[in-house]
Amino acid sequence: MDHLDQLEAQSIYIFREAFARLKKIALLWSLGKDSNVMIWLARKAFFGRMPFPALHVDTGKKFPEMYRFRDHYGKEWDLDLRVEPCPPIDAVDPTLPPAARSAARKTEGLKMALGKYGFDGLIAGIRRDEEATRAKERVFSPRGLEGNWDVRDQPPEFWDHFNASPPQGAHLRIHPILHWTEADIWAYTKRENIPIIPLYLSQNGKRYRSLGDQDITNPVVSTASTIDEILVELEQTKVPERAGRALDHETEDAFERLRVAGYL
Amino acid sequence: MNMIVTPASPATPNGTTRPQVRIVIVGHVDHGKSTLVGRLLHETGSLPDGKLEMLKAVSARRGMPFEWSFLLDALQTERDQGITIDTTQIRFRTNSRDIVLIDAPGHAEFLRNMITGASQADGAVLIIDALEGVRDQTRRHGYLLHLLGVKQVAIVVNKMDRVDFSAERFKEISDEISAHLQSLGVTPTAVIPISARDGDGVAMRTDRIGWYKGPTVVEALDQLEPARPLEALALRLPVQAIYKFDDRRIVAGRIESGSLIAGDEIVIMPAGKIARIKTVESWPATPIAGRQGAGRSVGITLDRELFIERGDIVAHTGSAPRETRRLRARIFWLHDKPLAKGDQLLVRCGPKESRATVVAIEKAVDPGELSSVENKAIGRNHVGEIDISLSNPIATDPYTENPRTGRLVIEVSGRIAGGGLVLSVDAGQRAEPVDIVPVESALRLDERSARYRHNGAVVWLTGLPASGKSTLAKALERRLFTNGGSPILLDGDTLRAGLNSDLGFSAADRSENIRRLAEVATHLARNGHIAIVAAVSPAREDRATARRIADTAFREIHVATPAGVCEERDPKGHYKKARAGALASFTGIGNDYEAPQAAELVIDTSTRTVAEAVDEIEQMLKTSGVLFDEVVDLAANI
Repeated sequence: MDHLDQLEAQSIYIFREAFARLKKIALLWSLGKDSNVMIWLARKAFFGRMPFPALHVDTGKKFPEMYRFRDHYGKEWDLDLRVEPCPPIDAVDPTLPPAARSAARKTEGLKMALGKYGFDGLIAGIRRDEEATRAKERVFSPRGLEGNWDVRDQPPEFWDHFNASPPQGAHLRIHPILHWTEADIWAYTKRENIPIIPLYLSQNGKRYRSLGDQDITNPVVSTASTIDEILVELEQTKVPERAGRALDHETEDAFERLRVAGYL
Repeated sequence: MNMIVTPASPATPNGTTRPQVRIVIVGHVDHGKSTLVGRLLHETGSLPDGKLEMLKAVSARRGMPFEWSFLLDALQTERDQGITIDTTQIRFRTNSRDIVLIDAPGHAEFLRNMITGASQADGAVLIIDALEGVRDQTRRHGYLLHLLGVKQVAIVVNKMDRVDFSAERFKEISDEISAHLQSLGVTPTAVIPISARDGDGVAMRTDRIGWYKGPTVVEALDQLEPARPLEALALRLPVQAIYKFDDRRIVAGRIESGSLIAGDEIVIMPAGKIARIKTVESWPATPIAGRQGAGRSVGITLDRELFIERGDIVAHTGSAPRETRRLRARIFWLHDKPLAKGDQLLVRCGPKESRATVVAIEKAVDPGELSSVENKAIGRNHVGEIDISLSNPIATDPYTENPRTGRLVIEVSGRIAGGGLVLSVDAGQRAEPVDIVPVESALRLDERSARYRHNGAVVWLTGLPASGKSTLAKALERRLFTNGGSPILLDGDTLRAGLNSDLGFSAADRSENIRRLAEVATHLARNGHIAIVAAVSPAREDRATARRIADTAFREIHVATPAGVCEERDPKGHYKKARAGALASFTGIGNDYEAPQAAELVIDTSTRTVAEAVDEIEQMLKTSGVLFDEVVDLAANI
């Protein structure tokens, strides 16, 4: 088994545990490279078809290429796609810096979707290497009744035994690719020939390393126009993956405040 | 944070992937874990551009001198409290290894986080302050590494600058911790004197530690071996789920040890049912050929439909795990309320879960203390050995035989509260033979057989529901009694009303039901009676158990009435209920019944009368030496 085989086997194990132990789960499909890999892994875990909904919490501000991707592959992959809108920006905590406030709006949209469907588990494509706060995450991560994350009171998790009993009304976040890196995602995408949104590839000397809302995501300088070139670029860069995400840089603790409130 | 950087040297010359090793740095609070990590990142050129400068600027803004540990204190809450509170993962490269560094907190408050971190590690660095020496949390972490199965442990004696780089002080600490770890069966891979703050011993051997000839920390990390899948051990495939998304019935799980391939004969434990692997399913291409080894998440289909459930273990026949309702484990305990004798728990062994009761507690100690004062209960962050009795049988291995399946976790109120290693199974399940002295009958067997004109026997009628077993059993009982014999009817349902009223219809309970029937019947047979057992007993393995118990007294009769005829008869209305979905686990309408392959007699009741069928049974009992045919034979026995 090579490195990618090991990552894949571990993720499949996590998917099957989530499906076996929770009552009503959904996969959060952000349309980005990570959640596309997740859907692929879910189809591997369940032999072709993902047996739970793909939930897209839509800010309405994604790139047109992303919407086209969603509509095309939602059908081709036979997904049970649920698109849920976010509330207007006025409904969100005005003390947050602008980009964080915009992201917090997505968190509100997510809470509304949770209330609507009553999911007890949400599968999210976060990775430990993305951002220091995410490194603290568990694979099965309990959320409070308000969807909040209590970083100080996380249950122990070891030997692939997961805490899968959220209190009544609360839910779990499940992180099947927590142990992957950005380079792993690309190497696997290439090996499995998973479709991607072309915005990740360089055009006119720039490309997106991470795709969020149009107004708060910026491309990075890059000449990588194939996945192979992206992998070479990642070998050499010291620039963080989320450098193009405005909200990570507003204040030292903006990201953590968002996560505690239930942001992905 | 993305910390993938240009390697210090290129990938291995043959182009293979560099081994990835996950390590954890543990030890007492404030002994310098975060400082060492910060230093390691710097020394291996792993810091993102601007990170060091950014943190130096933050320190200056707060009027604090820069500390290496700030690198890790990414959370504001940590800086506020001055302690690292959780596992964080950082990557860097040594000459030949990709290292994933899992920082684990030293504060006793967060032992559950240390365990979460350390359980993922291939190797560990145990850090000790040269000034303070070995402390309680040093010992505790050392013990937990042992329990968690982390065998590669390097010791780092930090803050050597605070003891003037004294070789004597270093040796003192080195001897103490080495002795402690060796008593647990762990041999340190290296003991290294360092000053994380100044850099001595981390990547360089400086003059100040000129007396030290061993490896630096970076060199020691470079020698760690990644975990290897356990392919050489016996096959263990714990079942996560059975999927029926289409016409395939796929048994899904991850191979924890060993390997499998289509065509293998396998046994499903704890029920002990035998089948053959038909295909190994996958996606997008399926089925897949070739051997699948440990570590793979797979899906298999079988050549027959068996009742299998989540938590069962697929093994090869001949090397199956043990089935048990009782086991002994060495555990660590993380819950606020101490674990005491009589406590009710939920035990998880892989995907299998079972309610459990603590039957006994032994050796409950605080692994941080030097003197091992034994307690009656296992307190928070303490360890101990416990005997647990399980309400469902589980299949497991002692951890010495299989480190993957030989471990368990304990849940309290839906939250993981502890975990540990299976030391032995079946502990105390059966009383020692020396305690059992069966009272012998006052009568000799030949006295009985002279009166009854038969030897003792177990006549076992197996077949589908409504195949005519009970009818035949009653007719046979009447015939034998009329002839002066001593037949006793044991009907499956009758025993379920009393002796077996604690059993349900799970595969395991069905097996136990059959075992008890066989034991009772065998006792009667040994006392000269003919026990007539009428039981569906669909599992071949269960009947094989019955035959083992009754030994030479066993006579198996397959009442092989065609399934259609049975369903048409349906005197108890069971088929009708089952078809309506109102009767779970009903044998008859599925393919759950495993017909005998070598029964002493096969009878189809749809083609003969009851009297004719009983004639055939009587004939079989005569030719097989149970009934005495002639008076001459009788005389021979007097």
